[in-house]
Amino acid sequence: MPAPVIATQNLVKSYAVTGSKAARGSTDFVAVDGISFEVAAGESFGLLGPNGAGKSTTMRMIGAVSTRTSGELSVLGLDPNRYGPEIRSQLGVVPQENNLDTELKVRENLLVYGRYFGLPRAQVARRADELLEFAQLEDKANAKVDDLSGGMKRRLTIARALINEPRMMLLDEPTTGLDPQARHILWDRLFRLKEQGTTLLVTTHYMDEAEQLCDRLVVVDKGRIMAEGSPADLIRRYSSREVLEVRFGSTQNAEVAERIAAFGERVEVLPDRILVYSDSGERELERMSAVGLHPITSLVRRSSLEDVFLRLTGRNLIE
Amino acid sequence: MSGAPEPGGAAGGADATEPADGIRVPAASAARSETVAAAVAQAARTRRYGSWYVAEHRFRVMRSYAQTVLFTAIGNPIVYLYAMGVGLATLVDGNLGADAVNGVSYLAFLAPALLASSAISVASEEFTYPIMLGFKWNPVFFGMNASSIQPRQIINGIVISVAARMLLTCAIYYAFMLLFGAVPGPLGFVAVFVALLTGLAFGAVLMGYTATLTNDTGQLAMVQRFVILPMTLFSGTFFPLDVLPGYLQWIGWISPLWHGTELSRVFAYGMAEPIWLSLVHVVYLVVLLAAGWIWARRLTLRRLNI
Repeated sequence: MPAPVIATQNLVKSYAVTGSKAARGSTDFVAVDGISFEVAAGESFGLLGPNGAGKSTTMRMIGAVSTRTSGELSVLGLDPNRYGPEIRSQLGVVPQENNLDTELKVRENLLVYGRYFGLPRAQVARRADELLEFAQLEDKANAKVDDLSGGMKRRLTIARALINEPRMMLLDEPTTGLDPQARHILWDRLFRLKEQGTTLLVTTHYMDEAEQLCDRLVVVDKGRIMAEGSPADLIRRYSSREVLEVRFGSTQNAEVAERIAAFGERVEVLPDRILVYSDSGERELERMSAVGLHPITSLVRRSSLEDVFLRLTGRNLIE
Repeated sequence: MSGAPEPGGAAGGADATEPADGIRVPAASAARSETVAAAVAQAARTRRYGSWYVAEHRFRVMRSYAQTVLFTAIGNPIVYLYAMGVGLATLVDGNLGADAVNGVSYLAFLAPALLASSAISVASEEFTYPIMLGFKWNPVFFGMNASSIQPRQIINGIVISVAARMLLTCAIYYAFMLLFGAVPGPLGFVAVFVALLTGLAFGAVLMGYTATLTNDTGQLAMVQRFVILPMTLFSGTFFPLDVLPGYLQWIGWISPLWHGTELSRVFAYGMAEPIWLSLVHVVYLVVLLAAGWIWARRLTLRRLNI
């Protein structure tokens, strides 16, 4: 394996708790609690976890804008504490919240940003036009940022992140808040980058996004890594091939759950439905009928990362 | 001020084989040192000129309200010089004689103060809302910080861009002062630069204060009302400070506008003042400028590094 472009070891970020009297004397809030992983060049790596898991904080430390509290971190072979501008010159950052300049027009946003990497004006202008095309925003070059849709703003932010031809893209929740069509357009653009060999680091709390984009990922919860592997690998390790989802109505769920507790490999009871993990969902459904249980609705599906997360943490990704 | 490399800066050819501060650097390979060399090369220009790139960005934003910039820069001197320097002056000179204040006409006395005030008013616009905007309302500072730009360069760039607008405003003001015949002395043009220093000194502190605000719950409007307005009235602007009762004169002594105005008058019409006092004016303004600037840079570093 070639040398990693990101290497973290026991990475920790804690914040002093301030602001309230009650908090005085209490311990620091630990956002990232000893995370270790490596990412190879050209790899598409994901941090999957619920809101507040420490994904964005990890991303900011890797992006050389947040000083780590302890642990080791090397990005492109450099220490962010000392070589911030150097590391950032090789990154394309898509933050969770768009921070496009709404006082400037669409194309101008790309022009000023390119200059931040010390690129000559002519080169930035040429690149801006290419990127507007890549982001399917040619018609909007002179539009105001505020007049763009959510998906367009996101694409513009990605275009801006590409202005310096980065070796690595940091994408923090790239499609949160977008409608399905806008998400697919965005995923398509990110796929193209991946094909060109750009390393992608993605945080998401959407399992479908992780499955779409990531070669390999870590499941993060409460600042710690719960598991690491490829999406298929994680599903194989922590879940069954199929899942049977049944609903009996909220009043009966708990009672039925007791009767089918031994079904499949494992049964998970959620407030609104019961999940039965098994090689064959159909077979479990037949067993249910055989004992006289007829769910209001039933669905057999393949296992997803959502199930992996549920298994590892006992909670849903989106709460 | 802008591009000095960080301690142990990378400009001198950092190399992946060279362990930095106890961090485990992965084994060197040809590909890796190429990556590092590319990073060092690409960041070098930004380390040096980053502040100017931020200023460039600000100029582009200012272009979107260029009409306001020009309208106020041209409108203010006409309105103020006419209303105060001509209208009010007729009354003052008529009652007290044409050399009643400081031995010159009221217009000559007043004009340098108005010039310095115009710099203050640019400062009160450009060092407040754009700072709130960059941190909070439209957090462009975070965007800049994600590139090769460093937090201190953001502040430097803002100071550079505001200084440029201020210089333009003051130069136009001065041109109108000449038109109105308000500058008797040959060194009057120096007052433009004194006004610039005054505006930046006050502005830098104001910028630092604004950078402490995480929420605007009316603080900036209060500053306008309870700091800038009283300062304009009691800084020897419309009447010499010594006509005020003793217990109010301290307002002038701490006011950058008073120091700036007095210094301007020395150049504009040769106002008599001991040389040590002129030096105090300069030192006071330079210290404010430096302190505010450093304060703002520190706060920005803290707010962006989260």
